[in-house]
Amino acid sequence: MTTLSSKTAAPRSASGWRSAQAKRAMITVLGWSVALVIFFPIFWMILTGFKTETAAIADPTLIFSPTLESYQAVQARSGYTRFALNSVAVAFGSTFFALLIAIPCAYAMAFLPTKRTKGTLLWMLSTKMLPSVGVLVPIYLIFRDVGLLDTRTGLIIVYTLMNLPIVVWMLYTFFKDMPKDILEAGRMDGASTLQEVCFLLLPLTLPGIASTGLLSVILSWNEAFWSLNLTTSSAAPLTAYIASFSSPEGLFWAKLSAASTMAIAPILILGWMTQKQMVRGLTFGAVK
Amino acid sequence: MTKTRASGRTVGGLRTLFLQAPAVTLLLLWMIVPLGMTLWFSFQYYNLLMPDMAGFAGVENYQYLLTDPALWKAMGNTLLLVGWVLAITVIGGTLLAVLFQQDFAGRGIARVLAISPFFVMPTVSALVWKNMMMHPSNGVLSWLFESVGLPALDWFSALPLTSIVIIVAWQWLPFALLILLTAMQSLDEDQVEAARMDGAGPVAIFFFITLPHLKRAISVVIMIEMIFLLTIFAEIFVTTSGGPGLATTNLAYLIYIRALLDFDVGTASAGGVIAIILANIVAIFLVRMVAKNLED
Repeated sequence: MTTLSSKTAAPRSASGWRSAQAKRAMITVLGWSVALVIFFPIFWMILTGFKTETAAIADPTLIFSPTLESYQAVQARSGYTRFALNSVAVAFGSTFFALLIAIPCAYAMAFLPTKRTKGTLLWMLSTKMLPSVGVLVPIYLIFRDVGLLDTRTGLIIVYTLMNLPIVVWMLYTFFKDMPKDILEAGRMDGASTLQEVCFLLLPLTLPGIASTGLLSVILSWNEAFWSLNLTTSSAAPLTAYIASFSSPEGLFWAKLSAASTMAIAPILILGWMTQKQMVRGLTFGAVK
Repeated sequence: MTKTRASGRTVGGLRTLFLQAPAVTLLLLWMIVPLGMTLWFSFQYYNLLMPDMAGFAGVENYQYLLTDPALWKAMGNTLLLVGWVLAITVIGGTLLAVLFQQDFAGRGIARVLAISPFFVMPTVSALVWKNMMMHPSNGVLSWLFESVGLPALDWFSALPLTSIVIIVAWQWLPFALLILLTAMQSLDEDQVEAARMDGAGPVAIFFFITLPHLKRAISVVIMIEMIFLLTIFAEIFVTTSGGPGLATTNLAYLIYIRALLDFDVGTASAGGVIAIILANIVAIFLVRMVAKNLED
């Protein structure tokens, strides 16, 4: 990292070097302070999860004897696993279907473009701009009438469609970056479209497909509008389960913290890993 | 020769159509059906509690909604929420992007910590802030206030909308930072170096080189945040439920109240149409911008 800093290497005199060092120290302190302040609520939540309920509401302190009792209580009293499984099923289920529908579409857009391709892409983007609340009433009523309220299937359908434009868009940018000659060569050797996709395209663009899938998982996992409005208990994912702590149960800070920590940990790690792709997906390639 | 090429093109076109059909059809249905229903309901008398009263209502739902002071209060709250969060996240995000672009010890880890709140689900961030941070007697903020001799603050009753703004800004500041940091990476270091040689100070470099370079990314951040912020819901749902009174009810929350608590489908749909129109005004600009980017 230090080799990159042409700025600190530039000053020739000793005093210049010293002032550059002082500046670097100042920036280090400032950068870290800002980062720690922003991260503090998450840090505090993780810490509180290891406290007893009494310690959780006592005056803030870093010194306490850590305990796992809140984690055990969350599991024993509310069956955390059930909600976590709903989240996993809904996030991965919707991602699977979104990829299944989007891969052929993005393939066609990238390798067999027509005059309408650009328009179709932009139209897909524009469907993402429709505010969920604007269609809450009809979706709720349709789901009620066909029995999809409070089912995993219902949420999977909504999330698949919700993420489809982003998934298509991201896959399209990855496919377009792929050298065309390879597919050309495959076609020369008599590969069918299906073979071409399965044996050439998919293996070669696997990293891109994986990060698209991860983004879709993250977005579905954290989605809270539809999960709060379309589920009540049996299909409730973690977003809705955590919301139940806003009732009097919210007084149990240690349990809330333990449950929250478990709910966000996997996504936080995935998020750290996919920052770059996240930018690509969330800005529809407008910022590279 | 020409014949085969022409037929090849048709086959290709057909294949394209066939491959795109599932995605396009599903999205079309997902858009048209609920949109059509919302529009239709918005012109109907339709209350789930009063099944006898049904039929064409004309513009009555809109009239009822537009003369309801709650709508204007909610519109005002929506604009305040969007405006303040945008101001905080865009200005803060730009400054932080400049800071985290500097080379310092452990920069990678500091960056990761600073963007983390964006990956936290909204119900968790809202409840962590509501309880552990902003609780009037046991929260960390009250403890901080008291330790410097200030009276503790009951955030959600004294400053309800401000509290929501703080929570939402905390979630979206990392988003602005993430996008702007990425945009910053394409900043021409030679140009900055040249300006520095010519005697430009850090402030001049920021205003005349960095900021113009970030212009485009900043507008993308503003538009994407606007679309999400116009319909903030979960954060209000788990903290204030729109109260006290209507102090934190935004348009999305008002529609939710009308639809799922009052069961007044007609009025809620009229509200939905208004939300869609608002979002579309922003969306037009965003789509145009992305389209321009697709050219090059």
